[in-house]
Amino acid sequence: MSKHHLGEFEEIVMLTVAVLHDEAYGIAIIDEMEQRLNRKVSIGALQTVLRRLEKKGYLSSRFGEATKVRGGKRKRYFTLTSYGKKVLAEVKEQRIGLWNAIPKFVLGE
Amino acid sequence: MKEDKNKPPNWPLRFFQWYCHPDYREDIEGDLVEMFKNRTEEKGVQQAKWGFTKDVLRLFRPGIIRPLEGYENLNHYGMIKSYFTIGWRNLMHNKGYSLINIGGLALGIATTLLIGLWVFDELSYDKHYANYNRIAGVLQHNTVDGTIETWSSQSFQLGPELRSNYGNYFEHVVMSSFPVSSILSHDEKTFVATGDFMEPEAPELLSLEMLHGTRDGLQDPTSILLSSSTAKKFFGDNDPIGEMLKIDNITDLKITGVYKDLPENDSFKSELFFIAHLDVWIKRSNRYLGWGNNWLQVFVKIAENVNMEQASKAIRDAKIKNLGEQEFGAGFDPKLFLHPMGKWHLYSHFENGINIGGHIDLVRRFGIIGVFVLLLACINFINLSTARSQRRAKEVGVRKVIGSARRQLIGQFLSESLLVVFMAFALGILLAWLFLPIFNEIANKHISIFWTSPSFWLLIIASLFLVVIISSSYPAFYLSSFKPIKALKGTFRLGRGYSVPRKMLVIVQFTVSIILIIGTGIVYQQIQFAKNRPIGYDLNGLLTIPIKTPEVKKNYKALRHDLLGSGLISEVSTSETTVTNLWWSDNGFQWKGKDPDMQDHLYRGAVSYEFGRTVGWKIKEGRDFSRDFLSDSSAMILNETAVRYMGLENPVGENIRAYGRNYTVIGVVEDMLTQSLYEPSKQTFFMLDPFNRANFINVKINPKSSASKALEELNTLFVKHNPETPFEYTFADDEFAEKFSFEERIGKLVGIFAILAIVISCLGLFGLASFMAEQRTKEIGIRKVIGASVFSLWSMLSKDFVSLVTLSAVISMPIAYYLMNGWLQEYEYRTEITWWIFAASGAGALAITLFTVSHQSIKAALANPIKSLRSE
Repeated sequence: MSKHHLGEFEEIVMLTVAVLHDEAYGIAIIDEMEQRLNRKVSIGALQTVLRRLEKKGYLSSRFGEATKVRGGKRKRYFTLTSYGKKVLAEVKEQRIGLWNAIPKFVLGE
Repeated sequence: MKEDKNKPPNWPLRFFQWYCHPDYREDIEGDLVEMFKNRTEEKGVQQAKWGFTKDVLRLFRPGIIRPLEGYENLNHYGMIKSYFTIGWRNLMHNKGYSLINIGGLALGIATTLLIGLWVFDELSYDKHYANYNRIAGVLQHNTVDGTIETWSSQSFQLGPELRSNYGNYFEHVVMSSFPVSSILSHDEKTFVATGDFMEPEAPELLSLEMLHGTRDGLQDPTSILLSSSTAKKFFGDNDPIGEMLKIDNITDLKITGVYKDLPENDSFKSELFFIAHLDVWIKRSNRYLGWGNNWLQVFVKIAENVNMEQASKAIRDAKIKNLGEQEFGAGFDPKLFLHPMGKWHLYSHFENGINIGGHIDLVRRFGIIGVFVLLLACINFINLSTARSQRRAKEVGVRKVIGSARRQLIGQFLSESLLVVFMAFALGILLAWLFLPIFNEIANKHISIFWTSPSFWLLIIASLFLVVIISSSYPAFYLSSFKPIKALKGTFRLGRGYSVPRKMLVIVQFTVSIILIIGTGIVYQQIQFAKNRPIGYDLNGLLTIPIKTPEVKKNYKALRHDLLGSGLISEVSTSETTVTNLWWSDNGFQWKGKDPDMQDHLYRGAVSYEFGRTVGWKIKEGRDFSRDFLSDSSAMILNETAVRYMGLENPVGENIRAYGRNYTVIGVVEDMLTQSLYEPSKQTFFMLDPFNRANFINVKINPKSSASKALEELNTLFVKHNPETPFEYTFADDEFAEKFSFEERIGKLVGIFAILAIVISCLGLFGLASFMAEQRTKEIGIRKVIGASVFSLWSMLSKDFVSLVTLSAVISMPIAYYLMNGWLQEYEYRTEITWWIFAASGAGALAITLFTVSHQSIKAALANPIKSLRSE
């Protein structure tokens, strides 16, 4: 039994951060999720999760460049920590394990 | 402008910045702004703004919101909190010092608060009237013997004259009697109340608040309005409209209204317990109907578009135009003017036709005293803080080394004093509240603290900060100026220059205190002086009974007979006015040798035969009135001043023409104090009452019988003869004491302020002395070891303070002389300012100083030198 529990939204956020690799800041993550998953996400929802994940140690962040379009405020880029990668991998294992355990006829292929 | 429009909405952004966790603020704000820009391009500004607001609201959730505490590193709360902590510890560490500081300041604040409330009360007089700015009284200036006198009385014709010929200036013109003490009775109940007889428009002019009936109630010439307290005495809480009331047992009046009692700070407060129709008064007094008889008051409310000055100028000649030559005698030139309501209470004195102020002088004086008392308390604070600065020098050094800017240190000291001043204010307000009843009694006021008024608290807070700034800006700047290296090395010493401001402040304190002490002394000296004036008659056992109803007048002879028969009363007589307040004056007298240009003016005592014996006057020449001489109905007795005034060489036997008859002077009496104590005796003549206008019965209690028994007998006999009239009496010495009650009140107040000032100053001195002694412990120890005596140490330590106080005494004397001389000028009959009051005040202050300082200096001088020298 894993001691790490990831919520569905948390998992998606982490995956998106991984997809964006080094370019993952608030707006970029939201855009990415909208494109790939067709899912509207508010800044509030996203930021809360990002901070929570950071606090848990799955993500780390650094300040990036400030641009004019942001009113001179810097971006905060998120990246997966190695711990985060491990947790993601674990979750993936668990899912695959579950998929594999499903009897063939259940899904009717 | 375009760029402005495309900015995210201000308020949501501010809100976000306020609640967001400071660590996240920058990047999330950036995200929000970027999102806003994107949306602006896609959907337009309005949508973007709306979206922005929604986002901000959705971000308002745990995880993003900053914690309540612990993340305040972007402001100075923590620092300020620490200032207060340190300040509090400092206070606790030096409890004695804190007590002196807070206690002294609290005393000052309490005093100033009380004075402030008093001043406010004085200034608020009559302001509650709806038409405060448009109401005025009509007064007249008259030139008498070359000086202009100002009278508030007017003739009965003036009201109609103003209404018909000057009507466009006035909305209302109301004539009124002067306050009359009357007997009101209804069924079994009878009370004496003071009220005015006024014209019907009075309730409208005064905008009375009617509890029953309407302001039109006075239209009927037999109507009367009662104040709510008067109505309550008769009818409790019942509606009295339509009830009948008998006034002075003569006239029946119908109650047509009840008005709310007038507030305390009202010029009419003491005289308007009922308002009856003026007709009632006119009918009683039908004998004064000429333009020259001044016996009514006239009040006006000017029309809306007229200003007071205009109206005042316009009516100037309203009276003189109507005066016939014979009616007033040549030379009188009454000039009318308006005295606005705003000036009634505070600016009521006129000298030679010019309004020279009045009560306002007292208000100003007390106001200044209040400010000074507070200043004294602030000075204590300044002195104690700077004197103790050496103790804080190390702390300042360390703070500076660690990196405190001077600004921050100033902030620290200011917040420390804020703490002290706040506590002092709390204590001061408490003290003021505790002493308010006593203060009210002395000042004869009904002041209360405005606990619920926001502006009162706002003022308190404003003055709190003012006190902080006055009392602690100097110490704060001074303390924060220390050089850190010197302070830390311990070589830091206060130079001589640093104690100069402190010394000056002590001098200011004691100068003010000594001035107040001298002032108290002189006020009391003046009262004593007036009290010691020879009064010319005998107050002992003398009392007066007002004649208010016809039956008293009718039954007087029988009453007198019975009273004398009882043996308890030695003499009874009647008079027009009381001997303590003889106010009737007349003119138009002729005598041999009178300067034809002289505008004569004599006071009149219309009395009965035994008046002189009742009051115990002293005949200097000639004889008293006597029933043995039939011719005495045309006899006159003059007082000494009148003899001088008329320039008579041999007064007895002279003829004087008055009231169309010839009178013969039969005697001269010693001057009597029948008016103000502070003015010279007035020229007065006495005659046997030719008009049957006796208003008072004068009774002299037999000196051999007891006063209480005599009073009992008097009461029984009076009621027996006059069953309809309540028995009222006044002892002449009480009435006499009234004459200086005002001065005595001032004396008491000034005395209290003087004591407070000296207590506050001494508190400060005590604190200073203890620090000085503490600072010099080592020095004293060494001196003692070498062989200094306790006395020489004591004088060394006390010398400084004594010289400061001596200097203050020297400075204060001319100032006090100047101020008190000015005050005494208000009195025509005044004491000389004597040198010994100054000497005594100076010596007193010095003695108090020595006493205060000696406690500390003797303690220091007696201390064992080993203890003080061992400590290093």
